[in-house]
Amino acid sequence: MTPVIALSDGNCFYVSCERVFDPRLEGRPTVVLSSNDGNIIARSPEAKAIGLKMGDPFFKVRALCAREGVAALSSNYGLYGDMSRRVNAVYEQFAPDVVVYSIDESFLDFTGLADPIGHARTLRATVCQWTGIPTCVGLGPTKTLAKVANHLAKRTPDLDGVCDLGDPAVRDKALSGLPVADVWGVGPAYAARLVAMGVTTAAELRDLDPRQARLALSVVGERLVLELRGQTCLSWDEIPAGRKGCAVTRSFGQPILALEDLLQAVASFASRVGEKLRRNGVAAPRLTVFMHTNPFGPGPHHSANGAVTFLEATADSTELVAGARQAARKAWRNGFRYSKAGVVCEGLVLAGQVQASLLGARDRERSERLMAALDASNRRFGRGSVVLGSTAGRSRWTQKAEWRSPRYTTRIDEVPVARA
Amino acid sequence: MRPVVFGPLLPLPLVGFRVCCGFPSPADDWIEDAIDISRLVITNPAATFLWRAAGDCMTPTIADGDYLVCDRSLVPVAGDVVVAVVDGEPTVKRFRLSRGRPQLSHDNPKAEPFAPSASTEISVWGVVAWSLRAHRPTR
Repeated sequence: MTPVIALSDGNCFYVSCERVFDPRLEGRPTVVLSSNDGNIIARSPEAKAIGLKMGDPFFKVRALCAREGVAALSSNYGLYGDMSRRVNAVYEQFAPDVVVYSIDESFLDFTGLADPIGHARTLRATVCQWTGIPTCVGLGPTKTLAKVANHLAKRTPDLDGVCDLGDPAVRDKALSGLPVADVWGVGPAYAARLVAMGVTTAAELRDLDPRQARLALSVVGERLVLELRGQTCLSWDEIPAGRKGCAVTRSFGQPILALEDLLQAVASFASRVGEKLRRNGVAAPRLTVFMHTNPFGPGPHHSANGAVTFLEATADSTELVAGARQAARKAWRNGFRYSKAGVVCEGLVLAGQVQASLLGARDRERSERLMAALDASNRRFGRGSVVLGSTAGRSRWTQKAEWRSPRYTTRIDEVPVARA
Repeated sequence: MRPVVFGPLLPLPLVGFRVCCGFPSPADDWIEDAIDISRLVITNPAATFLWRAAGDCMTPTIADGDYLVCDRSLVPVAGDVVVAVVDGEPTVKRFRLSRGRPQLSHDNPKAEPFAPSASTEISVWGVVAWSLRAHRPTR
């Protein structure tokens, strides 16, 4: 049986979450800012229409926003995480298997349904009725094609939020019109290489010889070609790019001989990993530190890794740094010239879905505030201007989130108010 | 402040079979879960949201400060209490049908009657399935 995979995602998810509880934002250009109130990380269609871009530093567009009456909100991850959980709870009722890809995207197994398009329409209507979140659904025989279909569903209003690429003729037409850079997993570097090879559309990528793709873009490229042909390469719960894992690794200019130096290095890597996790709204259940000597260099060679598992998945840099130092101590051997090390986190989970552990009773609220402040300072004064490291100074932080909406669904004293 | 918990609560094992002295509790075979009020008032966790009422247009049904358990998956029928968005503002109203057309009203006869103009935009946000009122105010 040909698999049918649905990719459902929330339309400008963060803005939609805000609008559910503040209906006055409906129709008004609205943006959500990163946790430092630094950059635009979500835009309503009205905000896109006046030219605001993803990643725009807010201070640069502040005057424009004031002039156009743009509602600018600080990010409210407590709310977004809870709404994401609700949306996924609805998905669970529509598919036997759901894989959460990110805070606003999930893959659903629609294989074997008599009318997958009708099912997708009912799914959209139900999610919107129950949670207030509008969604788009892409259908295809592989994850990569489902992702393409979702992309088209979002950009083609006539499709009414559902796009099916199950039919080969429809698929061929869609892929011919799609720039290769818009294919899932094709980053800017791959796109540039492909264009240099004369591959500009998704259809041309599909028609590439898989072996040639492998040579040019490694196994990732070969998989892309096959997935675009409708051949499953990514197993059901496998996520290809970045977000399921997160790593920070560096080669050292000078080999490291002392444990203390290595500990310092991995502490800074772990701190950076924490920043990445928080930016993506995910948390790590465990962390691995690896280190190795230069395999081509002189002297004895050594390669080692150590891992720690956290009681609760975490994105807190203090915990990640402590874990990384512990893991590095485990792996360290004296007498080697380490040329490279890294911190790797895999099996990431959404921060909102972290399983609370009785033993892991720590002050999550305080930790979130601290991390937000850390990210804020680093974004403002440059990366690394504020570090945790092992020297843990006792500074006082204040979070910059001036325009955060109430945590409507997770705090009893912040529930929305209806006038009676 | 404690977060509102929707959905399954963390099960706590209450069985004391590993007592090292004395007899095992005769109740061990009859352990049941404690009553959980959220299971009474929340039938569809994904679609249920808590609101709070402010004002007295809906007394005696809804008083100022009452918590409203609002289920968005319910289709409003005549007689329901609903959270309705009126020109962008969330409000609590009684939902009625007048000659087949939906209509909103206030329960409090002393309150100003709800009289929307032709241009007023109205939509039902969700049906109030339950309301909770503290009879001994805690704060």
